[in-house]
Amino acid sequence: MSEKKVMLGNEAIARGAYEAGVKVSSAYPGTPSTEISENLVKYPEVYCEWAPNEKVAMEVAVGASISGVRAMASMKHVGFNVAADPMYTAAYIGATGGLVAVVADDPGMYSSQNEQDTRQICRAAQVPVLEPSDSQEAKDFMKLAFDLSEQFDTPMVLRTTTRLAHSQGVVALEDRVVPEDKPYERNIAKNVMMPGNAIKRHVFVEQRLKDMAEAANTLVVAKEGFSKDVPLNRVEMNDTKIGFITSGIPYTYVKEACPNASVLKLGLVHPLPKKLIEEFASKVDTLYIFEELEPVIEEQVRAWGIDCIGKEAFTVQGEYSANMIRKVVLKEDLSINTPAKVPARPPLLCPGCPHRSVYTVLNKLKIHAAGDIGCYTLGAVAPLSVVDTTICMGASISSLHGMEMAKGKEYIKNWVAVIGDSTFMHTGVNSLMNMVYNQGTGTVIILDNSTTGMTGHQDHAATGKTLQGKVVPAINIYHLCKSMGIEHVTEVNAFDIKELEKVIKEEVARDAVSVIITKSPCALLKEVHFPNKCVPVPEKCKKCGMCLKPGCPALTKNEDGTISIDATMCNGCGLCKNLCPFDAIEEVAK
Amino acid sequence: MAETKNIMIVGVGGQGTLLTSRILGGIILTAGYDVKLSEVHGMAQRGGSVVTFVRYGEKVAEPIVEEGQADVLIAFERLEALRYAHFLKPGGALVINDQRIDPITVVTGVAQYPENIIEDLSKTYKVYSVDAAAEALKLGNSRVFNNIVLGVAAQHMDFSKEDWLDVIAKTVPPKTIEINQKAFLVGYEM
Repeated sequence: MSEKKVMLGNEAIARGAYEAGVKVSSAYPGTPSTEISENLVKYPEVYCEWAPNEKVAMEVAVGASISGVRAMASMKHVGFNVAADPMYTAAYIGATGGLVAVVADDPGMYSSQNEQDTRQICRAAQVPVLEPSDSQEAKDFMKLAFDLSEQFDTPMVLRTTTRLAHSQGVVALEDRVVPEDKPYERNIAKNVMMPGNAIKRHVFVEQRLKDMAEAANTLVVAKEGFSKDVPLNRVEMNDTKIGFITSGIPYTYVKEACPNASVLKLGLVHPLPKKLIEEFASKVDTLYIFEELEPVIEEQVRAWGIDCIGKEAFTVQGEYSANMIRKVVLKEDLSINTPAKVPARPPLLCPGCPHRSVYTVLNKLKIHAAGDIGCYTLGAVAPLSVVDTTICMGASISSLHGMEMAKGKEYIKNWVAVIGDSTFMHTGVNSLMNMVYNQGTGTVIILDNSTTGMTGHQDHAATGKTLQGKVVPAINIYHLCKSMGIEHVTEVNAFDIKELEKVIKEEVARDAVSVIITKSPCALLKEVHFPNKCVPVPEKCKKCGMCLKPGCPALTKNEDGTISIDATMCNGCGLCKNLCPFDAIEEVAK
Repeated sequence: MAETKNIMIVGVGGQGTLLTSRILGGIILTAGYDVKLSEVHGMAQRGGSVVTFVRYGEKVAEPIVEEGQADVLIAFERLEALRYAHFLKPGGALVINDQRIDPITVVTGVAQYPENIIEDLSKTYKVYSVDAAAEALKLGNSRVFNNIVLGVAAQHMDFSKEDWLDVIAKTVPPKTIEINQKAFLVGYEM
């Protein structure tokens, strides 16, 4: 079979896992990795799930591997930090059934809070890393990763970046081949990581990495299940004046800008093939290391005494391009027109977003919010400007607690923590336990919009639906909070601004932990239908600007100071109407 | 076709540029070219500036269109046309949907929405502008404005009218095929 399809990088990764015979996949959504699980679930032969967080997902995959089947976890780069604990030790246990973590980096930070390089973590964890350059390779390398995992008894990481994950390219499909389940054999020395066993496994881990580095010199080629051989590391000798060592998406920029240069394209970016690199370096006049983010390859190459040009010419920040090579390496004058100076267009909360309603009240009450990760991070943007801090998943509650312990309970009387329902289930719940246990008095607002919003609407343990869409009992956030012994847990409709204001005032004043759950589903969910839309009544308008305070993108100020409401954007949530003191906005049927 | 063709679609998150890139991807595959597309998901989709790159030819290496290289730039909004115009190669076609969507920076008074964008861009670039919302209203369906814009852009690409109509029929919901094809033709014959 040689059917060809245009596939998103993430879709190709899912296809590769399917063809490799993966049986278990667990993940927490995170841009740019989310579509892997969303595509893998389309193959009913594979068990797929959303886990509450990446640590759980990784542990599920490790367990499945120990039981003898091929298993995977996928996550974004910062999710890999959460999964680091099981990963560092899974490196010692190795893999019975093939074990692969797909980790998506985000150079340029399109949708992330930092720009960390997964290869650095993998070096520290002594886990090998594959890096594909396009959708076809994403599929091929996923299959290779499972093969290598079993061959070398190691977990593998497939590293992608936003550009690969969200680019589409042509992919040749192949059939699914499921290896036979490995019989379970009790092996305490390998699978129970306590000091006596781990000391011996560490020796194995060090040797394994050396063995893999050696094997990487001789261009590992996959045999079964592929329509063609897949070279792991590939030398493309052309003109020897300029040579590039590169991998992943940057390889495509090299091919675009310098199709005649010599290239060592690395598929396995950790561990590195020393002999192969030395040999390649000796054949070219000038050697460039072209890698996005950190100088991971460059530092090792330099440590071997090989002269090269790397980060002194190319940035450690953001995405690379072919033009970068044309300018820096080829010294071409690109004579590009100067970009126009234009107002920025930052992302913002959607029209009808329930978070906007909550933030409008917090803004009015001049309350600061310790923020968290999700759409509602956008509450930091003017005109709402409510969110003062954002660190990582779950940190809103714990950082607020830290402020209180540092400065006392009066200090946080005009503070709340805000966290979404999915993020609360991810790691917020631990932070809340800590606040209760250590006698904090913080007010936590759980912005419950019944979904994981920012990543495009994924279910979680509190929505009552699985990744497969199966209806299951939802974990009730109200009862979960109550079960911790929190006396004051209040549920409020997120659009009831009067009630919201009253409850927030009461709870921040209280000398005890309290939780406010603001409930209203994400405005983009299919089942959300407001019956009306909002229209201005200009003759009643006093031009006070109250309706503009929430920063709804459907509203614009006219030159005479009255307002217009874009009928195609307005979804009829009624927030602006309820804020208007002069009834100058009314709701009419859609 | 030796040269790789570079198309860009820019607009505001939520304008539905992804449908346009899907139709474009479809027609390129039908013609048997190698193709790479690159788009933005996540944070930037929430009302932010969005850009999709489409490249096709015998063999495509990188998935992005770089500054100074676009053959056709399709802008669904005036300010976004201005933001990305320098991506055009000399002689490239700049198709602009004559619509204004104020970014929050303008709404809050931090920045001003530039005046005379289309006139200014016309001094440097080959501009083809269309008030697609008004044209769509004439057809009785404001939501098909995307395909009117695509119709204008299609005049600067080498696919036949029949192939375009065919791909539109395969891509849009069955009930909306006719109106979407009509919308495309309005732009195509402009």
